[in-house]
Amino acid sequence: MFLWFHKFGSPPHFYRIAGKWIPWLSSIFLVLLVAGLYGGLIEAPPDYQQGESYRIIFVHVPAAWMSLFIYVVMAFCGAIVIIWHMKLAEVVLISSASIGASFTFLALVTGSLWGKPMWGTYWVWDARLTSELILLFLYLGIIGLHNAIDDKRIASRAVSILALVGVVNIPIIHYSVEWWHSLHQGATVTKFDKPSIHWSMLIPLLLMALAFQVYYLLALFQKCRVELLQRERNSKWVEEL
Amino acid sequence: MAEFFQMGGYAMFVWPSYALTALVLWLNWYLPRKQHDKELRQLRRRHKGEQK
Repeated sequence: MFLWFHKFGSPPHFYRIAGKWIPWLSSIFLVLLVAGLYGGLIEAPPDYQQGESYRIIFVHVPAAWMSLFIYVVMAFCGAIVIIWHMKLAEVVLISSASIGASFTFLALVTGSLWGKPMWGTYWVWDARLTSELILLFLYLGIIGLHNAIDDKRIASRAVSILALVGVVNIPIIHYSVEWWHSLHQGATVTKFDKPSIHWSMLIPLLLMALAFQVYYLLALFQKCRVELLQRERNSKWVEEL
Repeated sequence: MAEFFQMGGYAMFVWPSYALTALVLWLNWYLPRKQHDKELRQLRRRHKGEQK
């Protein structure tokens, strides 16, 4: 097991495996995406309060979930980097940052496009929206800090610490709609009792969420391969490519 | 069909959301791909230069 972990973590091995997985992940992503879009845009009925506008949910909520999930992955990698100095964790951390920032940006913009017709405003400074905006700044901070330090090993340690400190924001975002009065609606899926959303909307939502998860792996593998080539440009395995 | 694209009058909010998501996801897929090929080309060129 430990041996496997060691092998999987070695840059040349990961580079090869990731390359093999990319076409598979692309196909799975496309199938899930088409199924989710069909279910969400065509099969699901309009909402009894929000009419057709609620259909933004099928991109907004999965993007918001991914923005949190990817940050947690990065904080986890940060811990591995600080404790074991594992090279692959450094690469996964920084490669995730731009993807996470993209999802956070999407969650914010699609949210405001949903807010305008439903709340009458694109933006309010309430807890959910503000804490999600802070998440975007954390992602951008991590990318900026990494770019500012030339030695990539030192840069990785620095961003690991930033990623770990910033993780405090994640539960704040999740519980913000309970802790403070907010225009944002409460959770409809991620709570302990039954989801308060009809299955005809829940199924496409979960399909889209799964599609975005697979997409994250796909995009991550592609970014990691570039990052590995750049970092290891002088090593033997890269020369053999 | 036209009804579908009108989205019950919310077309100007729904479709930009989807379009923007598609654009951002596509960029995150396309840019690393392009960069990867560029990186490999550079490595090959350097490799050739060393052998001469």
